[in-house]
Amino acid sequence: MRLFGCFFLLAFLTCAALPAAAAEKLFNAESMTLQNGMKVVVIPNHRAPVVTHMVWYKFGAADEQPGKSGIAHFLEHLMFKGTPKVPDGQFSRIVKKLGGNDNAFTTQDYTAYYQNVPLASLETVMRMEADRMKNLTLREEEVASERQVIIEERRQRVDNQPQARFQEQMMSALFVNHPYGLPVIGWLHEMRELTREDAFDYYNEWYAPNNAILIVSGDITLEKLKPLAEKYYGSIPAQTLPERTRTRPAPIVAAQRLVMEDPRIGQPVLMKIWRVPRGNDALSVLAEILGGTSTARLYKNLVVNKKLAISVGASYDPMSLNETTFSIYATPTPGTSIAALEAALAQEVAHVLAKGVTLEELNSAKSRSRASMSYYLDSLQGPAIIFGRALASGFSIDYVENRLIRLEKLTIDDIAAAARLVFQSMDMPVTGLLLPQDKAPPAADKGAVE
Amino acid sequence: MIRLFACLSFAFFMLLAAPVHAQTAPDKVLDIKAFTTPAGIKVWLVEDHSIPVISLNFSFEGGLAHDPEGKPGVARLVSILLDEGAENMDSQAFQAKMTDNAISMGFTAGRDAFFGELRTITDNRALAFDLLRAALTAPRFDEDAIERMKNANAAQIKRDMGDPAWLSARTFNGVMFEGHPYALPGYGNLASMQKITKKDLINFTRAQFSRDVLQVALAGDITAAEATTLIDRTFGGLPAKGVTIEGRDITPQYPGKTILLPLDTPQTYIAIGAPGIPRADNDWHAAVVMNYILGGGSFDSWLMTEVREKRGLTYGIYSSLQSMKHAAISQISLSSSNEHAAEALSIIRAQLKRMAENGPTEQELKDAKAYLTGSLMLELTSTGDIAGVLNGLQRDDMDAEYINRRNAMLNAITLADVRRVAKRLLKTDQLTTVLVGKPDNVKADIMLDKPPGMAQPETK
Repeated sequence: MRLFGCFFLLAFLTCAALPAAAAEKLFNAESMTLQNGMKVVVIPNHRAPVVTHMVWYKFGAADEQPGKSGIAHFLEHLMFKGTPKVPDGQFSRIVKKLGGNDNAFTTQDYTAYYQNVPLASLETVMRMEADRMKNLTLREEEVASERQVIIEERRQRVDNQPQARFQEQMMSALFVNHPYGLPVIGWLHEMRELTREDAFDYYNEWYAPNNAILIVSGDITLEKLKPLAEKYYGSIPAQTLPERTRTRPAPIVAAQRLVMEDPRIGQPVLMKIWRVPRGNDALSVLAEILGGTSTARLYKNLVVNKKLAISVGASYDPMSLNETTFSIYATPTPGTSIAALEAALAQEVAHVLAKGVTLEELNSAKSRSRASMSYYLDSLQGPAIIFGRALASGFSIDYVENRLIRLEKLTIDDIAAAARLVFQSMDMPVTGLLLPQDKAPPAADKGAVE
Repeated sequence: MIRLFACLSFAFFMLLAAPVHAQTAPDKVLDIKAFTTPAGIKVWLVEDHSIPVISLNFSFEGGLAHDPEGKPGVARLVSILLDEGAENMDSQAFQAKMTDNAISMGFTAGRDAFFGELRTITDNRALAFDLLRAALTAPRFDEDAIERMKNANAAQIKRDMGDPAWLSARTFNGVMFEGHPYALPGYGNLASMQKITKKDLINFTRAQFSRDVLQVALAGDITAAEATTLIDRTFGGLPAKGVTIEGRDITPQYPGKTILLPLDTPQTYIAIGAPGIPRADNDWHAAVVMNYILGGGSFDSWLMTEVREKRGLTYGIYSSLQSMKHAAISQISLSSSNEHAAEALSIIRAQLKRMAENGPTEQELKDAKAYLTGSLMLELTSTGDIAGVLNGLQRDDMDAEYINRRNAMLNAITLADVRRVAKRLLKTDQLTTVLVGKPDNVKADIMLDKPPGMAQPETK
């Protein structure tokens, strides 16, 4: 993302794993498609005269060519530089003057831009967002200083943090022969080589109305938005898009164990990550039952009862264009060996494979979902992000709206099948050990000059 | 880390403070009902019946000030133990009631207050408020729960100790407030985790949880009548009076000095402190405007423009005003590659000087006012946001109509006001500069060998 401030997104992933609904639709979103192919979604919420306006491009880091890692995110930064009509970084300045906030973020599968503004300013931000879809201008010196900014961003968020560097290594090991194995922000040595021409190549190819989704939530209806959407976005011609082909991940036949020791790791962490199918509701529920709450199985058994772990959790993010991950992590209590913790985790896995989950556990997860449904409506931007993530990952509006209906139908057999899908997968998991290191790092490490 | 976060978001909230609401008369930003319950509890309420959700935010003045001498971390441990069992419910039973009913409850120990939050759907409100009552009036503090939370907190401290951003905040607080309770680590340290006993936790709750220091804010699907009943049922059993800690004021320590904590990382974390302005000062709003123009979060603030946009020396740079009970400071923070840190420092100083000497332009003032007034309504789009802001305003001693006057007050700020406050606040020879990293070409006046306040346990 262009700047911090989007951390709630991460929080949302967890919630999004288990949204809820009665037998009716969750958000009552309205939608249409413009003549040029641009999808439009409106999520009405009339509590205050404000809106969230978002444009999502179905272009992310996983669409980069080899050697160009980081270009999708770099382009996201450069989109704030200017156009002939809104030059010299004035985009954000104008949004601020309107009493609004703006930002953007990039993932493996999409790049999204948003503004939260008073309703009266919606048209202005639509005009500016539509303008920069095709009219970006970039001066060489702007590109050079912004390249420094993304390098500082990488240093701050990845290179400064042993956990983040380790995470990159884990994903590399898991997504063999697939672009998800490369970091969204890019490898430092490739980021340094990214040019103005690279940015324009991708911009010209991928930034087009027929590759974009407009999502507006707040004090608006589709009826009111439609003329504005047609005027600003509808007037941009569609274009031929590159085929979004990605290599398929290679099988993982050997169990991999990654170990990283660092003097700045204060607390050992054990992780296991599996490569699993996307959009699987039963996997969401399995993650929730195993490690989604402080009354979940892993917490109850390993933290409260056996006292082997300080913390433990399981997670699954269904929203992804290609395969996604199912992960378990745990931190041992003082005096507990990694081996003992790993054995206890293996026992839990064996247990869920042999016995599945109980009807009580499943019903409790379902009722939690129903009860928490209202919270999704108690937010302006939250629903817009849920729809954006789903649509940009290739899911439908109905898929989001009907989530609770699908969850209600899940049986304990479905959850047991999900457990087999993960824990008996033909693709071996990657195990990661992040360990404290008492001594100073080797001299070679220190000398690594940037 | 959380404490820094709370601190930052608090400052942020003061800059942007104010909610908006659908059910408000058009000339009002927000319709706040302020009343005192039969049990003497001060309540602010914003009703919104459009979604069946109720959010409650409350505060007891005190917070970390109640940590006993030599035992930082008591308030923190209480904050993570209150929902670990109460009355006849052990930890798992209590947690199950919350998770199974989608009730969320959380507590935070702040420098000057102990905060609580409760969120529930309307149907479960009776249970939610009753769990909160049990947590506050009859927490169990079971030995195994204490052990578990001590371990969790110690693990967090160990993780934090390796995080340069946290080390920067810890060192900054330790240096700026040296000799004052504000300098102490809110999460405690590994030594204090060993020393704290169940008795300390019980003493804390007795001293802290009383009605005289309590303020309550509510937003969402609840009427004033029902709020009165639920609030008194929840908090009415607490003693009328607790222990008040007077405390003393402190000004930023080490003015004009550069303090370095060496760390082997590619970037240097920079935190610069200076005297700030108390919330009650007549020039507060002028300072808010000045801070916004200098580095208050926008992409084209002076600091962001000069340090990030023009030169690419950082990913982000921010300035903030923090008004606490016993101190008012201003702070600038950023991280920059070790080879660029010295350049970033000199640019920051030049910008502070420019602001103090010239102040902003008329256009910049106009733009800042447009943002600060116009964004008001964006700050409150959920019941949780509204309740949080209400409680902040209560703690700032504002009246319930302040929010409806705020924009007019900001619009009345003149260029002369901003220049006066800039000259008063921004004194480049008075800055306390705290660095964590391996900066090139920076001469430190004081070198530290470890972050302040992080005592290690005695070896057994």
